Amino acid sequence: MHVGFIFLAVIVGSVLFHIFTPWYWTDIASNWGSMDDTITLTFWVGGGVFVAVCLFMVYCIFKFSYKEGRKAEYKPEDKKLERILTWATTLGVAALLAPGLIVWNQYINVPKNAIDIDVMAWQWGWQYRLPGEDGKLGSTKVENINDNNPFGIILEDINGKDDVLIQSDVLHLKNNRPVKILLRSVDVLHNWYVPQFRAKMDAVPGTITYYWFEPNKVGEYEVLCAEYCGVGHYGMRGRVFVKSEQDYEKWYQEQETFSDLVAKQEEIEFSGTKLVKNNLND
Amino acid sequence: MSEDFNDNKTIQAQSSETISGEGVRGVAPDKDYVRPAEVADQDLYHGHSFITKWIFCQDAKVIGVQYFLLATFTGIIGLILSWLMRLQLGFPGAAGFMTAEHYYQFVTMHGMIMVVYFLTALFLGGFGNYLIPLMVGARDMVFPYVNMVSFWMFFVAVGVLLASFFVPGGPTGSGWTLYPPQAILEGTPGSGMGIILMCVSLILFVAGFTMGGLNYLITVLQARTRGMTLMRMPLTVWGIFTATVLAMLAFPALLVSALMMTLDKVLATSFFMPTILKAGEVLEYGGGTPILFQHLFWFFGHPEVYIVALPAFGIVSDLISVHSRKNIFGYRMMVWAIVIIGALSFFVWAHHMYVSGMHPWFGFFFATTTLIIAVPTAMKVYNWILTLWKGNIRLNTVMLWCLGFIVTFVNGGITGIFLGNVTVDVPLSDTYFVVAHFHMVMGIAPLMVIMGAVYHWFPLVAGRMLSEKLGKLHFWITFLGAYSIYFPMHYLGFIGVPRRYFEMYNSPYITSAVGVNEFISMAAFLVGAAQFILIYNIIVSLRMGKPAGKNPWQANSLEWLTPTVPPEHGNWGDKLPVIHRWPYDYSVPGAKDDFIPQTTPPSEVAGTEVEKT
Repeated sequence: MHVGFIFLAVIVGSVLFHIFTPWYWTDIASNWGSMDDTITLTFWVGGGVFVAVCLFMVYCIFKFSYKEGRKAEYKPEDKKLERILTWATTLGVAALLAPGLIVWNQYINVPKNAIDIDVMAWQWGWQYRLPGEDGKLGSTKVENINDNNPFGIILEDINGKDDVLIQSDVLHLKNNRPVKILLRSVDVLHNWYVPQFRAKMDAVPGTITYYWFEPNKVGEYEVLCAEYCGVGHYGMRGRVFVKSEQDYEKWYQEQETFSDLVAKQEEIEFSGTKLVKNNLND
Repeated sequence: MSEDFNDNKTIQAQSSETISGEGVRGVAPDKDYVRPAEVADQDLYHGHSFITKWIFCQDAKVIGVQYFLLATFTGIIGLILSWLMRLQLGFPGAAGFMTAEHYYQFVTMHGMIMVVYFLTALFLGGFGNYLIPLMVGARDMVFPYVNMVSFWMFFVAVGVLLASFFVPGGPTGSGWTLYPPQAILEGTPGSGMGIILMCVSLILFVAGFTMGGLNYLITVLQARTRGMTLMRMPLTVWGIFTATVLAMLAFPALLVSALMMTLDKVLATSFFMPTILKAGEVLEYGGGTPILFQHLFWFFGHPEVYIVALPAFGIVSDLISVHSRKNIFGYRMMVWAIVIIGALSFFVWAHHMYVSGMHPWFGFFFATTTLIIAVPTAMKVYNWILTLWKGNIRLNTVMLWCLGFIVTFVNGGITGIFLGNVTVDVPLSDTYFVVAHFHMVMGIAPLMVIMGAVYHWFPLVAGRMLSEKLGKLHFWITFLGAYSIYFPMHYLGFIGVPRRYFEMYNSPYITSAVGVNEFISMAAFLVGAAQFILIYNIIVSLRMGKPAGKNPWQANSLEWLTPTVPPEHGNWGDKLPVIHRWPYDYSVPGAKDDFIPQTTPPSEVAGTEVEKT
């Protein structure tokens, strides 16, 4: 009989572990509470099935273990039972699938008022670009990336002129304002992931991917790379500050735009040539 | 010819009871009648020297054992690699030589070895070769020579794979999914010779495997003995057969992706390579897409899960039935479930890619197909536990492994519903939840079946029983240990700990995962070590085990009914067996014993409820 008890202990232990675990969700800081809800739902339905199936098994162990001379039942099929089980399972599965699809539909349709944010990834780091006054990001090209144009912005694109460039892995976001994260990579796959926001998507070189969320809790968060990207993968971190509107605007105004950068470069170049000329003159 | 053929098929599809000899020139109906063989029995090539008998051998049973031993050897390497990984994760810095490069190489090799070179080779090459001819009543596989070549291709593939440990740069460290661009770019360990050898090894494996696979398919379709209709085959054969069909269709996708990646690496083609900026310079690639590789890889990769799972489903069904002394519940549904799962498995691949950046609309389709596949899978689970219901369950080592399988498989199957349901996957993908899920469902659960199968069929292969005492010790350590490795690991995924981190993610923002990581590592060391109990058990039992005799489990299926145990080359002595029933006539009311072997003619069990089945 000890066999049944051990299996029973495993099941009871699993349930207790789930109830008392200290390792669970980080506190959510975005609008994706619905993802947590779908997981909770799946837990109840799936967990219920797991416990039911295992308890049935344990019952059989206790009740029907081998006795000399006893004969097992001979019953190859039970059409009715099989039909009931099939339909019950189908129903359960549909009940899980439907909310999943509904939330997915929200996930892939970005609200109109979302701020576009260009998240550029490389081995192994992040940098960000926000739209300027026009609310639009200029288009980019990998070939254009160089020291003077760290984001590879296409110079002819007017939208790019006032883009706000953040050449650091620290991003600031406005609380309660949806953002559309536009991901791109210049080398291999990456994934810009903040556990508290729940959402994630790979950054794929050669294309731009996206997802959106609405941060709803002021605070500091850590960005992780969630798609294996080579030997520095585990160290590829960044930070996000979610700020109140006032604080955000203050920060935003302090940032350099692409035009600022170009002007600065020209100045340096200009003074550089002047310096060279002077030297030659000497 | 075609008309003839059709007639034969109709006859074969019906069970023999409807075509008893009735009406044949007024002779009294013979209820033991089975349609005569279509082709005469053929003799096989018999090896005479040591080399032709044991090395370049054409006997499927020897080839099966060869596959088994080589796969196990490779699996032990995979096990040792996992120890080293767990050492780093649980106790960072404990192994001084462990750099991030090494860690990623070990992760990659562990994954690839366990999935392809261990599980696939073991189930199909090992159990498939040994059991198919015996269970369908054939003398051998239909192409014994090709079968032999299949194993030696596998041998070379393993050699090439292991050789990559010794080339400059070491083996590839790109993760077992080998995603480009990183797999072939600097920044990933082994992006030179390592990845090339990996691709070459996979190509060899697929080529060798195709030779074996064609053998399994044609043997099942063409070489069944008299009376062995498809619906009288043991579920083990159904599982292996369907898995082989999947493999034949899925492995080509792996082959081409390995080939294309080799070309991208060696000839700088750009199948998978877009414009890339590396160290300030634009590389010579351009125009390719990394997502194409992912589609090809998972078009192979998802059926691959079922290539491992279906044989496990089949085998465990038979083991549960034999040791519950009860027919498998709902045999026909079990067969259809295997076939339906196999077919559906080709329409779910992109559920590995919800956050890959593919078109988001695919999410709707693949979530739906993935959750549909849960239905036949759940039916199989119900039927296993309903087989236990009102059985006469022997709680021996074999049954313990089966029960362990049910618990781990249901657990892993349900976490699969989390990951398959697109939205639920978003927060969990690429975290330890995924690692825990697939280890539970396609690592531990199939391993439980493999172990059960080893304890079950060892007496047939070796003629001696394995020690029950050691077996139970082995089981409890493995089951409880493996469960305590992977169950808590799911919760690391909930916190958001990403997988493939050289240093386990820890930060002030989360509950510390240090303690649970140390615990998981300790459990992993213990479970790994416990596997050597089996090896010890096998070595000792080969010499000193209790002689098994014929049919020690009192099973019905054909493999136990050979004239000699262990079966000799040619399996059946002078006369091929004739089949009168399905292999699940256990505890038939009115029968003398609680089992009626498949070869027992109806006249011998006259008066029982099921003279014929």
